[in-house]
Amino acid sequence: MRTCLVVDDSSVVRKIARRILEDLDFQIVEAEDGEKALEICKKGLPDAILLDWNMPVMDGYEFLGNLRRLPGGHQPKVVFCTTENDIDHISRALHAGANEYIMKPFDRDIVAAKFQEVGLIEQMLPASA
Amino acid sequence: MNQPDYEYLRKLLKDNSGLDLSADKQYLIESRLLPLARKAGLADISELVQKLKGGSSVMVGQVVEAMTTNETFFFRDKVPFDHFRESIMPEIIKARANRKSIRIWCAAGSTGQEPYSLAMCVKEMSAALTGWRVEIVATDISQEVLEKSKAGIYSQFEVQRGLPIQMLVKYFKQNGDLWQINPEIRAMVQHRQLNLLHDFSQLGVFDIIFCRNVLIYFDQDTKINIFGRLAKIMEPDGFLVLGAAETVVGLTDVFKPFPERRGLYRPSGIAGAPAKAGATSWPKVPAAARL
Repeated sequence: MRTCLVVDDSSVVRKIARRILEDLDFQIVEAEDGEKALEICKKGLPDAILLDWNMPVMDGYEFLGNLRRLPGGHQPKVVFCTTENDIDHISRALHAGANEYIMKPFDRDIVAAKFQEVGLIEQMLPASA
Repeated sequence: MNQPDYEYLRKLLKDNSGLDLSADKQYLIESRLLPLARKAGLADISELVQKLKGGSSVMVGQVVEAMTTNETFFFRDKVPFDHFRESIMPEIIKARANRKSIRIWCAAGSTGQEPYSLAMCVKEMSAALTGWRVEIVATDISQEVLEKSKAGIYSQFEVQRGLPIQMLVKYFKQNGDLWQINPEIRAMVQHRQLNLLHDFSQLGVFDIIFCRNVLIYFDQDTKINIFGRLAKIMEPDGFLVLGAAETVVGLTDVFKPFPERRGLYRPSGIAGAPAKAGATSWPKVPAAARL
């Protein structure tokens, strides 16, 4: 089973993301800030990381930079998931090595579409008419 | 909703749009038409039916629009666009090397996600298309939907379903919570109102036709009739792309499926398809975008 690290300081958002991603067959690990997420990654890299931007201690942007410098740190697919929804933030994130970007609010369809986009899940079955 | 009202609406939709609702689509009618009824100051579907029976042609138009408008998203189903990039376009580019022109029709262009997805694909291939003329014609039965398509303005939700983030950054301009596709991409798509039940031969001959997720609403005879007319306006080596749940198999032999390439069809040469490739007569349309 593939693993996804969900990094968000809101326990509500983590819970919603967990429900969606478990439904997409991911095993979930949670972290409430970038520093805790980095500690988890040093012990073992997940397949995917759903990453908030604004968090106490270490924000998502700084975490991403640190992650990509770890041995093998380019492997996890990183999908930002944040209320920072302007083009400057998106461009910065992509430049720093994010694979995809979700602008909150999000739903199951968006998460599935983005995870499909970066090859984390297979082609979804077409919705029936 | 009572049964006579439902039957009345079924018949009205069938006659005016070809939409063929099965006997159990009451929920679909309720969800689409109740907001319309309320907007018109009517209490429920029953009052809406009374109004329609009174001969309100404006209302008939609105009912048809509401029932035939479908949710769509960028790069819907992904696979057809992979086919478009990796096999359809390379093959057509090779075959049209002398003519240097390609005509593409989105037969159910809806709010623009499909034609603009194709336009972005074409744009990404511009290195191979220098000096070519690529036309993308988007048609839809609904004028309201076409207006939205022309504007090319989408909500944050709409741009996150199927559109890779790099393409959003590259081809859209942000305006608050809304995102507008760049004028350069918009100019690549021509819009026309068109009911597939009516003659569409005036559109000219196409190399590629995307006709996805619209024929499923038509009954068998209507589908056969449309396939026959599609075959007549396609180059013999052209490509027809249908939706994932659609096929010609068992309906008509004017198109044949490609083995191994699901959803792709080519005219079989039966039933009067254009005789030779390249014999296109250009229809009178606004200037196409040149790459």
